[in-house]
Amino acid sequence: MRKEVLIGGFGGQGVILASVILGRAAAVYEGLYAVQTQAYGPESRGGASRAEVVISDEPIDYPKALAPDYAVLLSQQAYEKYLPLVKKGGIVILEKELVPNRNEELEKNFKVFAIPLTKVAEETTGLSLTMNILTLGVLVKLTSVVSEESIEKAVLDSVPKGTENINLKALRKGFELGEKAKNGEL
Amino acid sequence: MRYPFPVGDADFIQGDEAIARAAILAGCRFYAGYPITPASEIFEAMSLYMPLVDGVSIQMEDEIGSIAAVIGASWAGAKAMTATSGPGFSLMMENLGYAIMTETPLVLVNVQRSGPSTGQPTLAAQGDLMQAIWGTHGDHSLIVLTPATVQEAFDMTIRAFNLAEKYRTPVILLTDAEVGHMRERVYAPHPDELELVYRKLPANEEEAKYPFGDIHGDLVPPMPIFGKGYRTYVTGLTHDERGRPKTVDAEIHERLVKRIVGKIENNKKDIIDYETYGLEDADIAIVSFGIVARSAMRAVKELRKEGINAGLLKLNVLWPFDFELIEKIAENVERIYVAEMNLGQLYHMVKEGANGKAKVELISRIGGEVHTPGEIVERIKRDLR
Repeated sequence: MRKEVLIGGFGGQGVILASVILGRAAAVYEGLYAVQTQAYGPESRGGASRAEVVISDEPIDYPKALAPDYAVLLSQQAYEKYLPLVKKGGIVILEKELVPNRNEELEKNFKVFAIPLTKVAEETTGLSLTMNILTLGVLVKLTSVVSEESIEKAVLDSVPKGTENINLKALRKGFELGEKAKNGEL
Repeated sequence: MRYPFPVGDADFIQGDEAIARAAILAGCRFYAGYPITPASEIFEAMSLYMPLVDGVSIQMEDEIGSIAAVIGASWAGAKAMTATSGPGFSLMMENLGYAIMTETPLVLVNVQRSGPSTGQPTLAAQGDLMQAIWGTHGDHSLIVLTPATVQEAFDMTIRAFNLAEKYRTPVILLTDAEVGHMRERVYAPHPDELELVYRKLPANEEEAKYPFGDIHGDLVPPMPIFGKGYRTYVTGLTHDERGRPKTVDAEIHERLVKRIVGKIENNKKDIIDYETYGLEDADIAIVSFGIVARSAMRAVKELRKEGINAGLLKLNVLWPFDFELIEKIAENVERIYVAEMNLGQLYHMVKEGANGKAKVELISRIGGEVHTPGEIVERIKRDLR
């Protein structure tokens, strides 16, 4: 079972942290193998940001995504660059308001869920920066790549002290949205 | 002893962080460094942890000072480490030679980035392989280890300290920006589960008189620690068994340098470490190390799925080098590919080892991106057509 996740957006959206939390949930709380890598450059803040997580029940050879099973695309640029890499039939989560120009033909190859993630995060917690945690909730619910319990624990390990409750709130809202998305109720 | 990080448990951390934690578990209590991408996280972790384990982490004026401080700390009895990358590694070359000549145990981590010069600071490369082995001047030998995963970075850091102490030599941990920055699951054993080595100390006054001789017949003399009651003279000049400079005597020079080289070369069996996959029935062998070995591993699996009998030799130790092993492989395969992130360095060592018994080809990649498995597969299939 090798599962590849790609998260793309821009610096400041919490792309890297989301990938670290996902990898941690798999590695520490599910006892799986996991590798997290990121495009790392001096231009990271504000510029394009990309992180990958590979999860497997056996040792991971090549540590990067070859054809992601799941992709979270949080900017127009990430959408254009990474959507074509996604595995046929893969699950794609889009930040609806930040990806205004869509390629419907290409999207037919995937299961695409477009959600105004930042807006929902702001409505849920009052903080748009909880969007990355909310998105993890959506991803986990839609893909079961790790369990809800594991991702909760990994979130609690990783967020700043004093912000546990709002982050859990964001995560659970993500679960709720993921459930709706699964049932076609979005 | 309480550790400022989880022990006896798994964690999800970067390669650099794993190196810092492993060093502390191996007993390292002195770190000197100068920040440089992509090795800075090692320094950051050391600065955070060392005060909590009664150790020292100090920022020096540059990399020359960093390795000099580490040499001094080692002679004062501490297990000591420094870490750097390309430009800093170049600056350390002179004192690396001093550490070899004075038989000073230390661990030097090079988180390789792309060069020459300041190159591509944030991107990985394997262009310092030859420098790690031969970068300091004069006849010498030392030990170079190279990890491919974060767990290996952890485990090999502990091994690096053990080998440094056992053989009274600098050990280089040659890793790269990919392994240094990637996060993976790491199991950190409880220190009680670890076998740790500390340098041989002089048993008495008489033994302490010969810190550069061979009084035990194993080529590794006991090391008198500064401040423990012995007078010891330590110099980078050619010296006799007692440490006194003897700079024009050919016999003394030959005896000293041959022993320093011999204590590594004669213990190849103990030091060398590698892994193989599918080599038993292979027609094609790929030799690789570090991060690239993981691409090569996947390439071998994919080639085998297509009915091509490929095998992998993944080197965990780059020096001392097992030329005989390469020759044995060359006798059994048609072709050997060397996949590395440089313009051909390991390639030359493998070619020498193969001794004309198999064709040796280079699969080179520079610019910061690791070879994809597909790239390696395509190249080999193209040659087979």
